[in-house]
Amino acid sequence: MLYIYIYIYIYNIVRCGGSKVNLRPPIISTDSRFLLCASGDLVKVYSTRTEEWLHSLQGHTNQVTGIALNPANHLQVYSCSVDGTVKLWDFIDGILIKVQLVLTHFLTLFGLCVSACPECFQLVAVHLPKSAEQEVEAKEMSVVSSHISSNPSCTAFGRGGEYIAFARHLQLNVYFFRKQKTCSFSLKATDKKGAKNAFTCIACHPTDDCIATGHEDGKIRLWRNFIHKKEYTYSTQHWHHNAVNTLCFTPEGTHLLSGGIESVLVQWQYGAGNRKEFLPRLGGSILHISVSSDGQLFCTSHSDNKITVIESSFKVCGVIQGLVKDGVLTDLMIDPRSKALVLNGKPGHLQFYSLLRDKHLYNLDIVQQEYIYEAGLDQFEVVKAAFDIKGSWLATVEERGQKSSDLEFFLKLWAFDERTQSFVLNTTITAAHTDRIISMCFSSSKETTMLVTIAEDGQFKAWCQGADADTQQDQNFWSCDFVGSYHNLKPTNCSFSADSSLLAVSFQEVITIWSPETWEMLTTLCQPPGVIRDLCFGRLSCSKYLLGTTTRNLLCCWNLLTCALEWSSSVEVSKLQPDPLSENVAAFSYQSKHTDVFVFKPSEPRPLFTNKNVCSEKVHRAVFVPREEPLNNCDESSQWLNRSQLYFLTQNMDLLTFSTATEEDRILSSSKQLVIDDSVAVTPFYLLLGKHGQQQQKLNTQSHPALLHTPAHVLPAASVLCSMFVNSLLISNTGVQEEMDSEKEEEDSEEEMEACDSQQELRVQGSVDEVTLKLSKAQERELKRVRKTDFSWMAGLIDSKP
Amino acid sequence: MGEFKVHRVRFFDYMPSGIRALAFNRDTERMAVARMDGSVEIFHCSDRFFQEKIIPGREQCGIEGLSWVGERLFSAGLNGGITEYDLTNQKVKYTIDAYGGPIWTITGNQQGTHLAVGCEDGTVKLFEVNEDKIQFERNLDRQKSRIVSLSWHPSGSKIAAGMMDMIQIFNVETGHSIHRMLADRGVGTSRSKECVVWSVVYLSDGTIVSGDSVGMVKLWDDQTGTLIKSHNVTKCDVLALSVSQNEDSLVAGTSEGTVVQFQFVSMVLGKDDNEWVRTRTFKNHTHDIRAVAEITTAVVSGGMDAQLVVKPLLDKIEVRSAASALRKIHFPHRRLVFCARKSGLMLFQYPGHLELWRLGESEGKGIPGSSLFVKRNPEKLLHLKVKGEDHIRCSAVSPCGEWIVYSTASSLRLYRLHCDNNNVSITKISKLPKVLSSANQLCFSSDSSHLFSASTQSSVHIVSLSQSGCKFVGTLKPKSGSHQAIHLLAASEDGEWLASANSDHEVHIYNLQTRKAHCTVPVYSSAVTAMGIHATTNCLFMMYADQQMCEYSIEQKQYTDWSRTVQRKGLHRLWMERDTPCLNVMFNPQNPSHVILHDTYMLCIIDQSLPLPDDKTQFYNQLTLKSLTEEQRKSHSHAFKVCKTFKDILCVELISDQSLVVVERPLEDVATQLPAPIKQKKFAT
Repeated sequence: MLYIYIYIYIYNIVRCGGSKVNLRPPIISTDSRFLLCASGDLVKVYSTRTEEWLHSLQGHTNQVTGIALNPANHLQVYSCSVDGTVKLWDFIDGILIKVQLVLTHFLTLFGLCVSACPECFQLVAVHLPKSAEQEVEAKEMSVVSSHISSNPSCTAFGRGGEYIAFARHLQLNVYFFRKQKTCSFSLKATDKKGAKNAFTCIACHPTDDCIATGHEDGKIRLWRNFIHKKEYTYSTQHWHHNAVNTLCFTPEGTHLLSGGIESVLVQWQYGAGNRKEFLPRLGGSILHISVSSDGQLFCTSHSDNKITVIESSFKVCGVIQGLVKDGVLTDLMIDPRSKALVLNGKPGHLQFYSLLRDKHLYNLDIVQQEYIYEAGLDQFEVVKAAFDIKGSWLATVEERGQKSSDLEFFLKLWAFDERTQSFVLNTTITAAHTDRIISMCFSSSKETTMLVTIAEDGQFKAWCQGADADTQQDQNFWSCDFVGSYHNLKPTNCSFSADSSLLAVSFQEVITIWSPETWEMLTTLCQPPGVIRDLCFGRLSCSKYLLGTTTRNLLCCWNLLTCALEWSSSVEVSKLQPDPLSENVAAFSYQSKHTDVFVFKPSEPRPLFTNKNVCSEKVHRAVFVPREEPLNNCDESSQWLNRSQLYFLTQNMDLLTFSTATEEDRILSSSKQLVIDDSVAVTPFYLLLGKHGQQQQKLNTQSHPALLHTPAHVLPAASVLCSMFVNSLLISNTGVQEEMDSEKEEEDSEEEMEACDSQQELRVQGSVDEVTLKLSKAQERELKRVRKTDFSWMAGLIDSKP
Repeated sequence: MGEFKVHRVRFFDYMPSGIRALAFNRDTERMAVARMDGSVEIFHCSDRFFQEKIIPGREQCGIEGLSWVGERLFSAGLNGGITEYDLTNQKVKYTIDAYGGPIWTITGNQQGTHLAVGCEDGTVKLFEVNEDKIQFERNLDRQKSRIVSLSWHPSGSKIAAGMMDMIQIFNVETGHSIHRMLADRGVGTSRSKECVVWSVVYLSDGTIVSGDSVGMVKLWDDQTGTLIKSHNVTKCDVLALSVSQNEDSLVAGTSEGTVVQFQFVSMVLGKDDNEWVRTRTFKNHTHDIRAVAEITTAVVSGGMDAQLVVKPLLDKIEVRSAASALRKIHFPHRRLVFCARKSGLMLFQYPGHLELWRLGESEGKGIPGSSLFVKRNPEKLLHLKVKGEDHIRCSAVSPCGEWIVYSTASSLRLYRLHCDNNNVSITKISKLPKVLSSANQLCFSSDSSHLFSASTQSSVHIVSLSQSGCKFVGTLKPKSGSHQAIHLLAASEDGEWLASANSDHEVHIYNLQTRKAHCTVPVYSSAVTAMGIHATTNCLFMMYADQQMCEYSIEQKQYTDWSRTVQRKGLHRLWMERDTPCLNVMFNPQNPSHVILHDTYMLCIIDQSLPLPDDKTQFYNQLTLKSLTEEQRKSHSHAFKVCKTFKDILCVELISDQSLVVVERPLEDVATQLPAPIKQKKFAT
């Protein structure tokens, strides 16, 4: 029993980073400085100016499904989650103020106190009881309507919260709180002109009684006079060619913003018919739009997990990019230079994502063509990518026409440019093969780089740099070096050994081993039945082994010295992933509707580690990410995680990883550190002090950072503190004098400021008595002594230094 | 249903004329429509928009404006004259010259005392409406540019005039201009083009609404003469404006073919701060909309594409019914095609000429639905141009094909046709009796021996025709005092009876032997659209505009039992929902119980021997019946057999060799002959 406990404790499968930031509309704080968005079970706080992730509000145990500013206090935010709680946070300090337990699953949160729960999609008003306790159970709930859409953007509060408008399918309902009356209006499903009238989103005008609704065919209707059952009226505006995803009025009500799949932000002038402005090419389709309360900032959430911050002058001023996980076609890769995770990002791009910082680094445009956001278009997509071992070369394959018969594809090779610190296109090969490229890999030798591609035309080709005589001498382009095939069988996979002395290419059931130097086939290995699926060489001490998986649920291990099967085991392996830094190999097996993970060394048939039921979907993509500094876990079953970390992507596009207990502690502590640092407003003065504080920490652990963080008006007189402060610096200074003088000037200026404040401080002394009282008698005496001490010798010390 | 050989005629190149102006009379619920060819039509709005009266136009008489003053209708045109119409006799009463050059607009005040016309020379002329004439009163201050549009303030004390680049407000008392409001020209290249204020509407709260050639609908304040708000409605012109009676809704017609509605709605519910807000857009036209009118429950619009569109406003309709559905009126509710039943000749009536065609012949027999080989092509025998400037009001060809007659507003001409083999010649009958100076409706007796000519005061003149010439026989006068013009005549097959229907919905039956009025069919609330006298039973079968039907036994002077059954059981819902009136009633001589009817979209045979359908039975049951066996068929069949093979039917006639002539005028063909519409960017092109 104890064992199991520890086991569970140590290995925690965690959803790591890259969770959706576009699930719900982000909100901008009243002062437009912070942007809050629900992301996984966190509420992330970003700075609107720098787009930096400041901190996150941790505490929910499940997906956060809605956030709303506290109307009573603009520095607080409510959040609700599928875990059935509504939490109130101070989002600047990241402090949890209050928890309300409501035992329903919240779909989202709207304004005052109305939420929706997803089982039957009801709109309920939750009365949040006023109580001083931190944890309160909210029991009072009243159902407003059960005719609401599962899409939260189909519900909106009207002018001053007097009514709420919600739509489902073809019906728009308006519920007036004061009269407790619902008015409903329906549209026809279609008309002769083929309009699709289903509602997709709603927004209410802040001052006028006007409801804007978006429809499936891209129309926007503005409803008026909806208090009357019959005399209601609406006007129609049409620009979007596909469903309107979101609508939002500016706080003054002068403009209406709309967005859809076109990824164009449209600003309609309210009351002026068709006058509109566009902000095109924003990336993925727009899912949400929100506006700051002063109307100066807009922000749009996009389907490619991105938030764009836009100024009201229609200029993009910032992009918060999450990990794009839709439409991943490439394997998960690690850029050897930046240690960033590389996979499909924006359409036609590769994204580089730092897992450590949970931050998108940059996109590399592979296709270099304008992407048209429209459903049903066949456009180029990056389907394969591979890095060489040093990270100086990147090979990509882009394809168009996967569905149709006329397939187009390009093989591109990118060289890393040290000067620009990015990849530059070196060679484009238009017809690398006559049919689709199945797989490719770089040789791992340090001297020469070679790329091997295998394709459905039954051939494998080796590509080398500068082998073609026709090309110019000064530029080294890639060209084909060798074409190989084996009995016209279709190749299935290829792999280089760790030292690149051997190349294994599997042709259906047969594995052929080639020598890349002479291009001579050394041997063939075969273990029927079943087509070879994955192929990998062992590393380090196990490099004599070759591992292969077959479609017939067989995991085989050949010994290359004896050319014989070392062992085989019957497991259905969907993904085989070797760790580049150790002998370990991770195998993902999908059996009876859940995925198990095995980590083993090819030399030992007994797995180092097994974890059953990691997730319920198949895993096709996994990667070992080398750690920056190795852990020192002595526990046998977690040693495999010491040097690198295993990340894998499920079919639901959840990026999961295994984490150890020590790691989690570290993450927690670091986040706390962050919280303290961010509690002080980022002002020039803070920057000055902050730098000082850090250095001071190095100098003297005894110094009082609290002194610097406490507001000036609650501090005792500078004259009281100054000498103590200086004294404390002096004591620490004995060993490290050199660093001291560089800070001297800063201190001076600081003292000046404090002196200026002293006049006011005297006046408010009464209120800060308790602070002063904390100084003990002995300290006071010390202070007096220090004050009398002559510091003139310090001047000499400064002068003596250059 | 019976088998017929059908002549499908598509060589009648009838072109409806574009609509230029609309005027709605709220008291009588009549809509006056002026067309490009100068004709004026009166539609009855509450009687399913039946075209009650047609006053044919003249050459070179373009009407620019229409206005009702009480129950009197005035028009003005570019020939510089103001015309009043005699609606009883459906003709022009008089025309007087305004002496101001071409007139662009005419409007009467709500009090019914004055007419104002806007002239090319920049004057607004006021005419006093007298008992039987109008009298020029005075000019308002003369302006530099032409007056394009005018609108009276409901109080009658002020007039707003739309001109080139500006709007003027005149005080009617003093005749001086109060305010001058400049309309902006367009931006860019259109800056050099002047802005035409095509339409103005003066609201009672002092707001002036203008629609101009820049595509803006602008709201002005008449106190300060300032712009309150402007709505950009279109890239092209806003040509017409109309406001509802209670001034809470406004419609604007544009040259893109759209009608844009504005509504006066409160911005905050429950408060009284209303604003004009653009709401709905209707697109039912392909071409410029030259005129719109907002009537009580609908928006009526007409334009270059010659169709009158009635778009119901659903928020103003209490009960939705067939009477309040979207209606598009393409063709006149009168017959334009006449058949000489016995000789296979067809007479097509165009505004300015007549065409006589001989039907083609076919060979052999085919299975139902197949087309037969044409042995002889149809042949145009005659092209008869009208003398004078007036357009044809009515025409007829005798059943034997020997006589052709037509009438304009001023004259009636009778021709005799000589047809031996391929030589066709006509001779005009020169000595016509004096009573035949003009006719509202013309009809031949079935043996072609007599001509019936409907004249003023609902009287019918009878003229006997012979080889030598024609002779006036007598006049039939109704007993009632109605003076409305007759629009339908029907003579019985045996030559004994004549039925006439007039615009007061009265149907009189005369005995031709005694030349006396025989009886009057009880007056029904809806207008008669078609009628025919049965050959054997001598029953008068009548179709009404509201799709009701009646059979009246002439001999017994009462409705027949079948007719009473129909009234009692009611007609099928789908029958009542048809939106075009029946235009012809025929009887199948081979099966006396069959009545053949047609409207624009269908051909129907009513078998009076079969049971009537009720609302539960399947109305269009032809396909179902086909799949059933002989016995089952009997239990499923009902009286209405509808054939929808033909579309856009102008006329269906049964000719003597048991074949049907169906004259179609496909709307696509009409559309191709229209001028090109304004080019519009269409999405994804």
